[in-house]
Amino acid sequence: MKHDLQEKLDRLFEKYMNGEIGRRDFLKFLGIAGAAVGMVGGPFGFCGPAYAAKSIRFDGWGGVVSEAFREHAFQPFTKATGVKVIDGEFGDMDTYLTRVKASFPPGGEFNLAHLSGVFDYARYAGLKFNVVLDESKIPNLKNVMTAMIEPYRAITNGTLSAVPYDYGQTGIAYNTKHIPKDTAEKLGASLLWDKAVKGKLGSWGDWRTNIWYAALHTGQNPNKISDMKAVWSALEQQVPMVKKYWGSGAELMSLLANEEIYATVAWSGRVAALQAQGHPIGFLSPHNCYSWQECIFVTKGTDLDVAQTLLNFMLEPKAAIAVAVGQKYPSSLDPTKVPMPEAVKKLPAFDPTGKLEGYLFADPAFWNSHQVEFAEKWDRIKAGG
Amino acid sequence: MQSKRWKPWALLSPALSAVFLLLVVPVCFIVVYSFWLRSPTGADIAAFQFGNYAKFFADYFYPSILLRTIRVSLESVALCLVLGYIPAYFFYRSETRFKSVLILLIMLPFWISFIIRTMSWINILGDTGLINHYLIKFGILSEPLGMLYNEGSVLMGLIQYLLPFMILNIYVSLEGIDKSLLEAARSMGCTEWQAFKEVTLPLSLPGLSAGSLLVFVLTAGTYLPPMILGGPKNEMIANLIFKRVIGTLDWPFGSAISVVLLGLLLIIVWTYNRYLGINQIFKSLQGE
Repeated sequence: MKHDLQEKLDRLFEKYMNGEIGRRDFLKFLGIAGAAVGMVGGPFGFCGPAYAAKSIRFDGWGGVVSEAFREHAFQPFTKATGVKVIDGEFGDMDTYLTRVKASFPPGGEFNLAHLSGVFDYARYAGLKFNVVLDESKIPNLKNVMTAMIEPYRAITNGTLSAVPYDYGQTGIAYNTKHIPKDTAEKLGASLLWDKAVKGKLGSWGDWRTNIWYAALHTGQNPNKISDMKAVWSALEQQVPMVKKYWGSGAELMSLLANEEIYATVAWSGRVAALQAQGHPIGFLSPHNCYSWQECIFVTKGTDLDVAQTLLNFMLEPKAAIAVAVGQKYPSSLDPTKVPMPEAVKKLPAFDPTGKLEGYLFADPAFWNSHQVEFAEKWDRIKAGG
Repeated sequence: MQSKRWKPWALLSPALSAVFLLLVVPVCFIVVYSFWLRSPTGADIAAFQFGNYAKFFADYFYPSILLRTIRVSLESVALCLVLGYIPAYFFYRSETRFKSVLILLIMLPFWISFIIRTMSWINILGDTGLINHYLIKFGILSEPLGMLYNEGSVLMGLIQYLLPFMILNIYVSLEGIDKSLLEAARSMGCTEWQAFKEVTLPLSLPGLSAGSLLVFVLTAGTYLPPMILGGPKNEMIANLIFKRVIGTLDWPFGSAISVVLLGLLLIIVWTYNRYLGINQIFKSLQGE
């Protein structure tokens, strides 16, 4: 009960920060939630787990994504199987992995999670939280792009512990009122080093994304950086220009919408959401733009029969497309096999060929092996040390 | 006789068990972890070595963040002292029957989520926030004033969070001063200011010091205001711990930093207790 309420309030707050609901509605819902707690909270809150005898836990990004999952996958799944889906939420990948690692036995209380990219899949496999899925029990997997499945197989010796679900890009968002489209396209990744945006530049605090873009600015392939000195030097030049390193999607949207910053690295789906709200934000996808994919990962110790059935429900075109429209990231379903609606075709980073050629994903072998070294060096540079 | 001796312990046992299980045991875990190693995959390797501590003190970078944390904590204490004494003194001298309501108002911010309270400053101090909006609208400025994502905005967020602790501590201390002492000082020729300087201020020092200790300790361990309202150079030690533990899954190094911070705070609390007495804080919390 308490957990559900907290998640609902978090979602509500995120919607408010994203500008999806007004201040009055925000306060009204907050009041209603308070009254609800007053009436049914307290000792009755402990009744929750008792009725969830047969259940499976799913952790995701919350908001519209979880709403789409609930409506199009979880509810039909519960209706068909009688198994309840406990719908959890996380703020970011690192925090979630810490929770999984801290659970006892490690990973034990978690089942399915909407994880980011091949990079995190490799981290979970490295910590031995993976399982081996029986692909014959997930028939909808045949509709998923082969190009998205193969990177996972490469990590877990040909087997899968997850199904790819969606993909996107961390490109560059810029305010078209202050930065002309021609200038942005001409500069590419170097827009993030343009003196004209000094003091109005933002970036994600994530070490990997900053190093990736510094590699592009210095003319290197981010997965095969040979001159790290040039990368660190570029980042040292950039830090004094940055006004704010944001930490969440809601913060990113708030910074861009309020014109606190004019340019930043940004997640394609969030930019699409800002554009849908009418903000003058352009999205630039420079050569070798940081592409990533998300998967539904199954954690060790999960009832595989139940998990595989749920995965198949989640890969049903109706569910996958609804989630894609809701979160504004294209689905992993191959558009040459499953017809996509216009709303999906118009999404940033959508690939109509289903081959993802030209999309550069982070190589887990390179990035994972340098994680601590890069993260610590990045902390020093960011702090001006 | 025998049963009487055990009675207090029996009554205290639930509280002692809670403190032991929820505080002592986790701290012991953190200390043990600080000697471990992180594997390349992020898994922990049991070991006994001092590499994590050596890494912390290897160069100026990590200690500089600790020093910055101490500096910001001291600034926060100084500002809370100045800003907190005035309302506390007003409550003490005020004869209004709404005094309890005014004190309740001091507690009011605690009813709102700390995150929301902190983020609300973005709407006030931002480039398109309330202050800049009116400064530009009335022609006082042509360009927005940069008030956000710097040490000033971090201090603003910290003061908003910590000021009630300081006010209540000072107020409780002032309430313990016999007002006839002030009258005696005045009758002996002291001016209002002299009476305050010679009588009120010295007698309220225990509350000032208790409030200062609370504000210092809470500032040193906080990470939300620097994260939300700070810029790239305003990170504090708690942000560093967060990044090491959550960001890179480096629990051993994160634990070592936590132990260093804990050690520093223990030294400060011990020094305080040695010279001023820790019971002042409990007095304030009890509202004596």
